[in-house]
Amino acid sequence: MRRRLCVLTVNGERHERAIAPAATLLEVLREDLGLTGSKRGCDGGECGACTVLVDGEPVLSCLTLALAVEGRAITTIEGVSTDGELHPVQRAFEEQGAVQCGFCTPGMVLSAKALLARNREPSREEVRLALSGNLCRCTGYGRIVDAVQLAAKRMRT
Amino acid sequence: MSAKVTGAARYTDDIVLPRMACGRILRAPHARARIRAIDVSRALATPGVLAVITGRDLETKYGILPWTEDEHALALEQTSYVGEGVAALAAIDEPSARAGLAAIAVDYEVLPAVLDPEEALAHPEIKVNPSAREGNVSKHVDLSFGDVEGAFANADVVIEEEYRFESNTHAALEPHCAIGDADFDGNLTLYSSTQVPHYLHRALAKVLGLGAERIRVIQPAVGGGFGGKSEPFDLELCAAKLALLARRPVKIRYSREEVFYAHRGRHAMKMRFRTAAARDGKLLAVQSKLLIDGGARSSFGVVTTYYSGQLLAAPYHLPAYAFNATRVFTNKPACGPKRGHGSVQPRFAFECQLDELADCLELDPIELRRRNALGSEVTTINGQAIGSNGFRECLDAVERASGWREKFRKLPFGRGVGVAGSTYISGTAYPIYPNEMPQSAVIVKLDRSGQVVITSGVSDIGQGADAMLARIVAKELGCSLDAIRVHSGDTELCPVDLGAYSSRVTMMAGNAAIEACASLKERLGDIGSDFAGAVQRAEAKFGTLVGVGGYRTKKLGGDYRGGSIGASPAYSFTAHVAEVEVDARTGFVHVTKIWVAHDCGRAINRTAVAGQMEGSAAMGFGEALFESHAFHANGVHRGPNLLDYKLATTLDSPELEALIVECPDPAGPHGAKEAGEGPLHPSIPAIANAIYDAVGVRLRALPFSPERVLAALKGRKS
Repeated sequence: MRRRLCVLTVNGERHERAIAPAATLLEVLREDLGLTGSKRGCDGGECGACTVLVDGEPVLSCLTLALAVEGRAITTIEGVSTDGELHPVQRAFEEQGAVQCGFCTPGMVLSAKALLARNREPSREEVRLALSGNLCRCTGYGRIVDAVQLAAKRMRT
Repeated sequence: MSAKVTGAARYTDDIVLPRMACGRILRAPHARARIRAIDVSRALATPGVLAVITGRDLETKYGILPWTEDEHALALEQTSYVGEGVAALAAIDEPSARAGLAAIAVDYEVLPAVLDPEEALAHPEIKVNPSAREGNVSKHVDLSFGDVEGAFANADVVIEEEYRFESNTHAALEPHCAIGDADFDGNLTLYSSTQVPHYLHRALAKVLGLGAERIRVIQPAVGGGFGGKSEPFDLELCAAKLALLARRPVKIRYSREEVFYAHRGRHAMKMRFRTAAARDGKLLAVQSKLLIDGGARSSFGVVTTYYSGQLLAAPYHLPAYAFNATRVFTNKPACGPKRGHGSVQPRFAFECQLDELADCLELDPIELRRRNALGSEVTTINGQAIGSNGFRECLDAVERASGWREKFRKLPFGRGVGVAGSTYISGTAYPIYPNEMPQSAVIVKLDRSGQVVITSGVSDIGQGADAMLARIVAKELGCSLDAIRVHSGDTELCPVDLGAYSSRVTMMAGNAAIEACASLKERLGDIGSDFAGAVQRAEAKFGTLVGVGGYRTKKLGGDYRGGSIGASPAYSFTAHVAEVEVDARTGFVHVTKIWVAHDCGRAINRTAVAGQMEGSAAMGFGEALFESHAFHANGVHRGPNLLDYKLATTLDSPELEALIVECPDPAGPHGAKEAGEGPLHPSIPAIANAIYDAVGVRLRALPFSPERVLAALKGRKS
């Protein structure tokens, strides 16, 4: 199938690329745009490591066709910190020991960021529900939930 | 650390080299087959294909243990499990690689296969592994200490039961990945998600027939290992060979399905345990017989077989102990070391048995464990020298924190608590290949800028090895953590460390770091408040400031064949209490909380220690309730993906409370012992024992699925 010229807006930058119809957003991000922070853990929407935000909503970039998100605002982990400052979720992840191997972290941070944008004061159960599509093999999740709650608290004040 | 939260951390699959080609491996579809012929001519003619290799291109055998080298990068004459590699290729891009693989013709003669260890023992003529010396036996160990039969004859009570542990796998979130890159002169650089760069370095030299001095192994950030990346894999050898042939970099990344077939995870075990005790609960003897399903290759199997018995002689005083363990080859992907290597399965069986014993004697199971606690500075019946021992403190901590006395046998039907304990090694007494050289080494360089540079071969796989070194050096030298840079995981730039396995890194590299700092401290003298100034004064006086340290274990263990296996410079101790809710209508077990008390010696990094304790407990929890690495009768995995192979999510996982117990050990750096593997063990039996407290049924087979719980409840009623 022929590639199509397409403009993707990622982290506020416009990228014009010729994209194959079958190319996933994850492939384009990692291979065409060099945004390797989005991780490939399964290729089947099972692990959540490839989570990015499309218009602020978490999506699995390995199950999303790149052409389907043309014109939408895509946020990857590389676009979360601003002006050299970590986002409160990123800082809390570091401080709480919510990061071990780090492979799930980009997806976790983005899912958490999306949650906090729609719910300023989530309960532990609400955090767990929002992150239930992101697998972590290292931490047992407790510290990740702690970190999201800490970030929420800081973002409220 | 920030690199991991910003997406800047570079894992192997994130690396893109100029002209890099895509490598793929063709895998066998049969559990056992003879390869009559492989025709790669059409693949070679496929547009975009650069090079194709088969077993003939990498004929040299290798294996992680020098005594059992039974692997080929690609199968030669016979394939022994579904998923074994038979050919590999490099192509300019992924579509060409896929087309090339589809064009390889393999002529198989399908042979009968054995998937069950008992069947494999009954059919030695169906030879799973041509290297096996006797039938399908991979390793047999039969050891006895003290008067076992006498103890059983004089016991007030004997408990005997059979337990089954199903196989499970590491499922690190990062799939294995390797990039081979050869320069024009044929020097090779290999990037890999390995946990053991040094052993990989040796295997590459051996199999490629290339001088080790011409090979460099670089370990980028690793997305979890848990033992699943502790030996050389086909993709590393194939990526290297293809890069040499194609004269350009070649990357091979496992699909998630390939990760399941690479496996090397937890062995399935069938275990018969007998325990003899006196009326007061004192243990008199323990005897076990274990049948271990090894899969088709040796891997670390010799060690696994020893560990399945050797690591059970603590934390309880055993006056007599015997175990008889047999690892068997079957036509499945090889099992190997998974977090808590070899001892998680028998620990499950034995800690359940202790619960049954306590029940039989009408003793509180924590009290029973206290009465049998081994204590510090003692030698176990099998000759292991225990240094510091905080097991009693661990029992106290979980008893207190969990509200045990208000809960045990007092909660309403359907809710319950259970306890279990364990011990684990902090490194092994010997390197994998016998030698007299250091097992770990650290170089610390001080610069007049005030910067401290640590180079060490340690493998940071997410457990925090680099941060551990930084903290130890900061404390030794009196500098700030911000001044320290750690360079690790590079066989060319860093002195050798054997790898991230056997919970050895803090013990060995930590001690090496202390030694590296000793001479620097002397030269620095009193640093006052100006570290850079002190470095400049010392550099003016003594010249360039470099400190070197190494660590080697002294001779440890019992004076008998296998006596050094399980011998460690120091032992960690753990106790868990798990609280569960069991729905007797559905059989569904909900673990609400696990209290995890762990004696890590001295916590060098409390956040990291607690993280290891929680992560271990959570991994054990998942094994207990969900995970099953099982195969269809034809050798095909029942669900080689992360939906069918059930990993616990945020919604399934219990609340975890880490209770750090510090009993510094003289052998450890600043008193530290391990924290990354021990705290997995008690999760499983603590949950099993809690289920008994909740609904009165004993689950002696994993995982504790609703079907199993319901069947047990049904059995009790009838």
